[in-house]
Amino acid sequence: MDILIIIEDNNGKSHRMGLESIAAAQHMSDKLGLSASAMVMGKNADSLASEASAYDLDEVLVLKHDLLNEYSSDGYAEAVKQIIESENPTYILFGHSYQVRDYVPKISAKLMRPFLADSIAIHFDEKNVSLTKQMFNAKLLSDINPSGDAPYLISFQSASFLSDDAKTGSATSREVSVMLDSSMIKTDSEEPFKEASGGVDLTAAELIVSVGRGIGKEENIPMAQELAAALGAELSSSRPVVDSGWLSPSHQVGSSGQSVSPKMYLSLGISGAIQHVVGMKASKNIVAINKDPEAPIFEIADYAVIGDLLEIVPKLTEALQ
Amino acid sequence: MKIAVLVKQVPGSESPLPMVSSQDWLDESQVAYIMNESDNYALEEALQIREKNNDGEVVIISLGPNRIQKVIREALSKGADRAIHIQTDGSYPTDPLVTASLFSETLKDENFDLIFSGLQSDDLGFGQTGVLLGELLNMSTATLAMSTEIIDNKIKVKRELEAGYFQWVTMSLPASISVQSGCNTPRYPSLKGIMGAKKKEINVITPPVMDQNQSIKKIYAPNSAKETVMVEGSVDQIVEKLVNIFRNEIKIT
Repeated sequence: MDILIIIEDNNGKSHRMGLESIAAAQHMSDKLGLSASAMVMGKNADSLASEASAYDLDEVLVLKHDLLNEYSSDGYAEAVKQIIESENPTYILFGHSYQVRDYVPKISAKLMRPFLADSIAIHFDEKNVSLTKQMFNAKLLSDINPSGDAPYLISFQSASFLSDDAKTGSATSREVSVMLDSSMIKTDSEEPFKEASGGVDLTAAELIVSVGRGIGKEENIPMAQELAAALGAELSSSRPVVDSGWLSPSHQVGSSGQSVSPKMYLSLGISGAIQHVVGMKASKNIVAINKDPEAPIFEIADYAVIGDLLEIVPKLTEALQ
Repeated sequence: MKIAVLVKQVPGSESPLPMVSSQDWLDESQVAYIMNESDNYALEEALQIREKNNDGEVVIISLGPNRIQKVIREALSKGADRAIHIQTDGSYPTDPLVTASLFSETLKDENFDLIFSGLQSDDLGFGQTGVLLGELLNMSTATLAMSTEIIDNKIKVKRELEAGYFQWVTMSLPASISVQSGCNTPRYPSLKGIMGAKKKEINVITPPVMDQNQSIKKIYAPNSAKETVMVEGSVDQIVEKLVNIFRNEIKIT
């Protein structure tokens, strides 16, 4: 087996990054002449398998085990490690989800093989691959070469490949098995829950004004609120503003908050860390005000203002009123 | 309770990031370094557990060249008891499995009950070291911790999941926990802490050289994929242009 994609369960359906991983694997198999298969596991393995087998893949491996019905980092890491040992794939692909961050490093340590995490692109040089990764808060990119013997664990950041590009086809399913016992699982997990958010629903907002660390202090928040009011926009924020207690968690946009796609996203003093950008890059028009010309938010901005938001925002509010 | 905290020194978010001519690393002489953001929260979590139990030791572990002693002293001044500096000359590992192996070699005889780390470093950002180290030392692991509670000989961790969900996970000690930023309120060092830190022990260790299985070939600035319109001028001109863009280009009514 050349490439093995691990598809994550999202309540009986493939996690969207699972389909993106299929697109990534197909891209690799085209370039390198390799075969690609997928694996699904857990209590929803059958429905995930029928979803995955509608894509152009060699096989879909179906792994069921009582100890894999609920996610645990120990159980999932041990299971995938055993499958890697029995199937011998060269590359194992994952979407860079929270779950993958939690258990895939364990596989890396068990096998003493590298995990090229959070990659955004792959390049080919003959039979060698290099992976592009964002570094230094997304201000720089790096090309990373894996070396030593296979296997190589690789995860791709959300939206590095598009699920729409995954080629459909028909793959055969095959049941596989692993040896697990309960003593291997050192964690006891309770049911996932959502905290009462007191709800700002940003997902349907047409216009959003969003504040980041660059707003400076809590006393400056009303300045952004007034601009939002003048535009008829919702107010949101990046994580540092919520961490500082200046706005409630329900205002947060990003991987741990809400994902938004408004007509305009006006960002004030947001640097544009990856965790924030994944939640707002689908916005139709991104306007960014930041005093740091190197801020990565400008990479994705349609309109960029390098300047002091504390000077610009009050005058902008006044001009709009 | 014996607690290790992994601390990394990284370029500050406003630091210049000039590259060396070989384009595979930064020109460190021009970089302004700070303590990695999420490591502040890892340290605070460890200090609070020590204070709640009224007993125990918090040990700072950091890997890098001599410059990192600045953040080690900072952590000691906030209240950590002692530190281990794994000293690398100039270049340090860019393979997280090598980093974690060096930590594991250094820590294996210390028998820590807990290891805290930040969820990822703001420089390389692999986000793996805490879990790798936990696995190498055969500890329980958890990531994206939002709060922790010690109950008997176990730790109960509130983990952040995707899309606003959380989950409580309980595990036996020893455990390696990587924490999410914002999980507590990190303290500032007191004057007494700063004075006291000068007398605290930093044990400097020279690690063996290990082969890397992932290495940086090249570092470069991203090419903006988008056509970005620069809105420039005086503050008044910028405001006028923005209002025009809102009304006539984005067509906000």
